[in-house]
Amino acid sequence: MGQGFFHDLDQLPIYAKHWIVDLLPTDFRPLASVLLGIVAILAVFPGLFAITTILERKGLGRIQNRYGPNRVGPFGLLQPAADGLKTIFKENIVPEGTDKIVYVLAPVLLIVSTFLLYSVLPIGRNIVALDLDAGILFFFAVGTSTELAVFMAGWSSRNKYSMLGAMRAIAQMISYELPLVLSTLVVIMMAGTLSLVKIVEQQATFHNGIAHWNLFTPWGLAGFVLFLIAATAESNRSPFDLPEGESEIIAGYYLEYSGFKFALFFLGEYLGLFAVSGMAITLFLGGWSAPFDFLWFIPSYAWFFIKLLALICFFIWIRGTLPRLRMDQLMSFAWKFMLPMCLVNFVVAIVWRFMPAGIGRILVCFTLIAIPYVALARAMAGKREFRKRTYELAT
Amino acid sequence: MNWRPEVDVAFVSLAALTIGGGIAAISLRNLIHCALCFATCLLGIAGIFLWLGAQFVGFAQILVYVGAISILVVFAILLTRGAGNENGQRWFGSPLVSATIAVLLAGVLLASLVASNHAKATAAQYSASAPVAAIGQKLMTSHVLALEIIALMLTAALLGAVTLAMPERKR
Amino acid sequence: MDALTACLTISAILFAIGLAGALLRRNAIIVLISIELMLNAGNLNFLAFWRFGPHPEALSGVMVVLFSIAIAGAEAAVGLALIVNVYRHFKSTDLTVLDSLKG
Repeated sequence: MGQGFFHDLDQLPIYAKHWIVDLLPTDFRPLASVLLGIVAILAVFPGLFAITTILERKGLGRIQNRYGPNRVGPFGLLQPAADGLKTIFKENIVPEGTDKIVYVLAPVLLIVSTFLLYSVLPIGRNIVALDLDAGILFFFAVGTSTELAVFMAGWSSRNKYSMLGAMRAIAQMISYELPLVLSTLVVIMMAGTLSLVKIVEQQATFHNGIAHWNLFTPWGLAGFVLFLIAATAESNRSPFDLPEGESEIIAGYYLEYSGFKFALFFLGEYLGLFAVSGMAITLFLGGWSAPFDFLWFIPSYAWFFIKLLALICFFIWIRGTLPRLRMDQLMSFAWKFMLPMCLVNFVVAIVWRFMPAGIGRILVCFTLIAIPYVALARAMAGKREFRKRTYELAT
Repeated sequence: MNWRPEVDVAFVSLAALTIGGGIAAISLRNLIHCALCFATCLLGIAGIFLWLGAQFVGFAQILVYVGAISILVVFAILLTRGAGNENGQRWFGSPLVSATIAVLLAGVLLASLVASNHAKATAAQYSASAPVAAIGQKLMTSHVLALEIIALMLTAALLGAVTLAMPERKR
Repeated sequence: MDALTACLTISAILFAIGLAGALLRRNAIIVLISIELMLNAGNLNFLAFWRFGPHPEALSGVMVVLFSIAIAGAEAAVGLALIVNVYRHFKSTDLTVLDSLKG
């Protein structure tokens, strides 16, 4: 079990792809190579979606002091299969006044643009579907097409609640687009390239046994936190899920959808979450690289999925813990807190770049982040006092 | 390498998408349909940019035009509803004269294309590339003045748009 | 027909479509859409000549298109804000109604 074996294990998907492609005549090989990448993406990520649904329901249940679904299989683990069967057999109700073409196209556009997001993520060493020179720009460009799909869904339903939900969702997504992109700009500035493959390769180098992840720098940590908050808002997940708030406007922009189209929206939302988590992993958590030198034997794609699962658990945890933000609170948080913090992060990154390495620059950079953070938080809190919470009616 | 447009499926489909989307954008009755066809046309143009090999500009086109301007147009249409435009006349003035002018313009441009002596693209020129690093270099060295002016202009436009769209304060 | 002529043909047709929309339609927003179409046709023209002309490494076409996209974004934002404001006063976006400045 030497280095050769673990290297082969690491590159196993690449060898499998070469083996399958070589079985075909030469004319079909480029097409087959592309198709294999597409099939791999289409197989892996919906599978992850199925696992996430059961993980989320049981996780949320436990946070809320109850069991999640536990009837279908052992510990309820076959619940995704039951959900899938239910969705296929559910009645497809199309309201009469809807705009049929736009109504049908909206979930299709959402799913297509969400799957396109995965093509630039480097899943493992040399494992990436598209090695683009402007990879990050492609990711964000396709991500904005999702907003158009949300609008199409809300408008074509000819329903006031759907329209309201869609407008709120778009306003929220556009507002949080800016902190999302700005927090990645710091990484781009320090890495000097827009290509995701090169950004991960720069983080895969080791120094004293610890990898050069961007998370281990002050600007990387701040950028990671900002990116995660903006990603939660972009995916319309709690605590930013007012557009689909179940207690307020029922389901928001996908209210009039039932059956398979609703399942497509559900799938699209989770796939979007996985894609931005994948982007966070690529930019800040080192992509497919191991954190410590002595863990080199774990294959690169395994690291990617371990980190992805960790982020998914984090999102589920946040969903079960924090209350929902109101629309005006949401917008003022984006424009008055996150945007200035992103700009402060730029300054911190520049200071980090030009100071000599050592404990001094770590302290200076942390102070430079902490002071505006505290100042902005106090300014946004206004004159409210923060006391210890007491529950009058709980016995 | 003799490029023939009929066999380049990518180019033909992108061109059809663009021109079809453009014609639909100016002629449909429902305003939101016009806006969505406009977004489709812009996607087609972004596709042609990518077919020409300009990656950065193609993705910037999708990000800015499809992702922001289309949504702005849609919001503006929604905010100015109830103006009765959907039930009223679509055409302004005398449509025949305007259509003739547009057709004449297209004719003049196409005739000048056919008659021109521009050097036909040779196979050697099929290797232009616009790497992002080179674009960045140019922006920071030879085009830095334009970059700063654009920054000022965008700030002015942002402030202007916000001021215009704010509800008026009662004095 | 070579690739340059094909791109320029599409650009010319798109420009004519944009002009037709600006002259024909009554709604101010559709006129703005048509103006954006004309801008895009110009951008396509610049990129076609960059790609199939001499010295593509100078990147001049790409630079012009980049700045043009930025300017178009700003112009669309201000134009739409103007239209929304006009709607608030006149309760209409119909160009035959908005003729107060006509001499």
